Amino acid sequence: MNLVADDFELFGLPRRFALDRGELDARRRALQGEVHPDRFAGADGAAKRAAMQSAVRVNEAHVRLADPLKRAAYLCELAGTPVRAEDNTAMPLDFLREQMAWRESLDDAGSRAEVDAVARDLASARRGAYERLASALDERRDFTAAAQEVRALMFIERFAADVDDRLVALEG
Amino acid sequence: MALLQISEPGASLDPHTRRHAVGIDLGTTHSLVAAVRSGVAECLPDREGEVILPSAVRYCADGTARIGREALAGAVSDPTNTIVSVKRLMGRGLADVSKAGRLAYDFVDAEHGMVRVRTAAGIKSPVEISAEILATLRQRAEDTFEADLYGAVITVPAYFDDAQRQATKDAAELAGLEVLRLISEPTAASIAYGLDNASEGLYAVYDLGGGTFDISLLRMRGGVFEVIATGGDSALGGDDIDAALADWALARAGVVAESAGDRRAAAMAARVAKEALSSVDRAVFVCTVAGTKVEQAVARADLEALAKPFVDRTIAAARKAVRDAKVDKAAIDGIVLVGGSTRMPQVRRAVHEFFGRAPLTNLDPDQVVALGAARQADALAGNHGASDLLLLDVVPLSLGIETMGGLVERIIERNSPIPTARAQSFTTFQDGQTAMSIHVVQGERDLVADCRSLARFELRGIPPMVAGAARIQVTFTIDADGLLSVEAREETSGVEASVTVKPSYGLSDEEVTRMLGEGFGHAEDDMAARALREAQVDADRLLGAIASALAVDGELLSSEERASIERAAADLRATRDSTDRAAIERSLKALSDATEAFAAERMNRGIRRALAGRRVEDL
Repeated sequence: MNLVADDFELFGLPRRFALDRGELDARRRALQGEVHPDRFAGADGAAKRAAMQSAVRVNEAHVRLADPLKRAAYLCELAGTPVRAEDNTAMPLDFLREQMAWRESLDDAGSRAEVDAVARDLASARRGAYERLASALDERRDFTAAAQEVRALMFIERFAADVDDRLVALEG
Repeated sequence: MALLQISEPGASLDPHTRRHAVGIDLGTTHSLVAAVRSGVAECLPDREGEVILPSAVRYCADGTARIGREALAGAVSDPTNTIVSVKRLMGRGLADVSKAGRLAYDFVDAEHGMVRVRTAAGIKSPVEISAEILATLRQRAEDTFEADLYGAVITVPAYFDDAQRQATKDAAELAGLEVLRLISEPTAASIAYGLDNASEGLYAVYDLGGGTFDISLLRMRGGVFEVIATGGDSALGGDDIDAALADWALARAGVVAESAGDRRAAAMAARVAKEALSSVDRAVFVCTVAGTKVEQAVARADLEALAKPFVDRTIAAARKAVRDAKVDKAAIDGIVLVGGSTRMPQVRRAVHEFFGRAPLTNLDPDQVVALGAARQADALAGNHGASDLLLLDVVPLSLGIETMGGLVERIIERNSPIPTARAQSFTTFQDGQTAMSIHVVQGERDLVADCRSLARFELRGIPPMVAGAARIQVTFTIDADGLLSVEAREETSGVEASVTVKPSYGLSDEEVTRMLGEGFGHAEDDMAARALREAQVDADRLLGAIASALAVDGELLSSEERASIERAAADLRATRDSTDRAAIERSLKALSDATEAFAAERMNRGIRRALAGRRVEDL
């Protein structure tokens, strides 16, 4: 099957980081409305298989475009500067120091208020990182800087998940 | 032969060729069948006018079975041969069932993992028992329509894992039903609710049945039902509350229920008292245990204290689903209640408190799932007026594979939209290695031991190479029914590795064949005659489907391409009326192969159509 290879092209969206989530979701519904296997329930086997592959492809692209970090990594890859998170773990020392400080403050936080304070710090750092990422991708088109920002955000998101878990544990 | 008049979904059918498709709610306590008739979804009654079929099967020594109310009559006097709540056994092993505790049956541990029950009519798998219930509902529908069924949509708890879904599908096939789709119960409920009330927005469906609990968050918009997150517990329901109340009442009376019959009687008495306490403040638990009549007064507060841990678990699952959906509780436009257990005032209160708004109660929690399934069945059958409906569901549990040290590597995250697929690369670790084994599990925990084992896949036929040189690409696919399939291919040589699946809690193909042979209303059928008839039906379906595809999208083909499809179709039409099943199957395959490229072109056209009229923003 020659399904469009580029996620942005598949959804008819410009290849950039800034994205209207409502529009993305509306396009997913329109695409699935045409290719979802339920639309071919009474069809022949070849059409069913093709529908299945197309629906998988649309869902896969939607997941990648809907998540800002995945979308950014995908843009870097399309630009020929893959993030390579698995073998490029070298991070600036300052960043690592900040990470360790956060981890320590989370470990030390005993009360809801203290965890909330960590969560607030984190949210602001995360916002800043996404702003830098958006600027690197859409304005400066500096994909090397963007890839570095994506790697940093992977650390931040992982830590954010741990903070979330702590908040949930405190909720009981 | 003349081509069947089959039209594409979306195109209208001649009213005389309207297909009879049904929705079936195969519940822990009750089962129902519903269909859309004259544009309205309704549950089909039996001869006595009852729409609810108790999910009970009683096996007799002469090999026959009684289903429904008739079976329930034996629940206390003949507990080991009267199977109730069989849904709790679907796709489960003996260890799972023992954890659930105190079931009255005589269990047999089977080689394929799924538990079996020894009855007067022989050893039965939960799949066969469920098939008896489904066959009864199928018969009811066929009697109503005085026609064969085109197919059925069967509902399953959203939180059912792969083994439980597969067991349900096997049971339907065993009952002679063409499964159009398995859909989630809360999704089905939302269809019935959403279409009837023209609802738009974000809804939560809280579904507490006899043996399962689901919570789903979905967005409804213009006939599209998009599940955002789902959660639950496939072993939590009203049955657990009954058991807790029975234990409490017997302990207060100082009586011990030893026999299976006594335990069943106590559970049934508890259910009666529990149901009464939904409308009154005090009830009496009455049953006879070991020949002694037990009467124990129960206040609603007593029941609520006993039920609290179970209700709390449902709220914890709801909290997790809301978090997974990344939505604010305040953004939820409505909460739909499903399942008989949501009649308990305590449950309604807890839901109200958690979501901060009163749940919607203007629908029958027993019927709404079957009614929604009927709507989906009607749409899948391509009947007129039903085509705008589209369900976009998610996989409830993460899928992973076992790696070194008994750890799980997650390959498909929970709440991923289905259908979905993920390819993963593996390599060999020994020189000349030609086979490898992959263990697939489902669940959210990091250790294999804490997840549910789904299957072990044996990959064979890998070309011998030095260690680490082979690149085996394994593709895991979850289809629109939420069912997993696996394909493997060695990349450097292009060799397709063969995949042998050993489902941890499933039935083998041989068992399904044997069970099919044993009956469900067609025991006298000659297997060969049936296989021939099935091949002919497949031929008719394929010819009809291709005729309508050509009518809709035929201009996508060059005249040569069209001619080659028409040649293959003519060939199938010629063999179709023969008695040579193998020849029909060969022609079927040839026609199907001839349409591969056409099918792909049709999808591309659909994609262009979906985006037509949408502004493609400037790059």
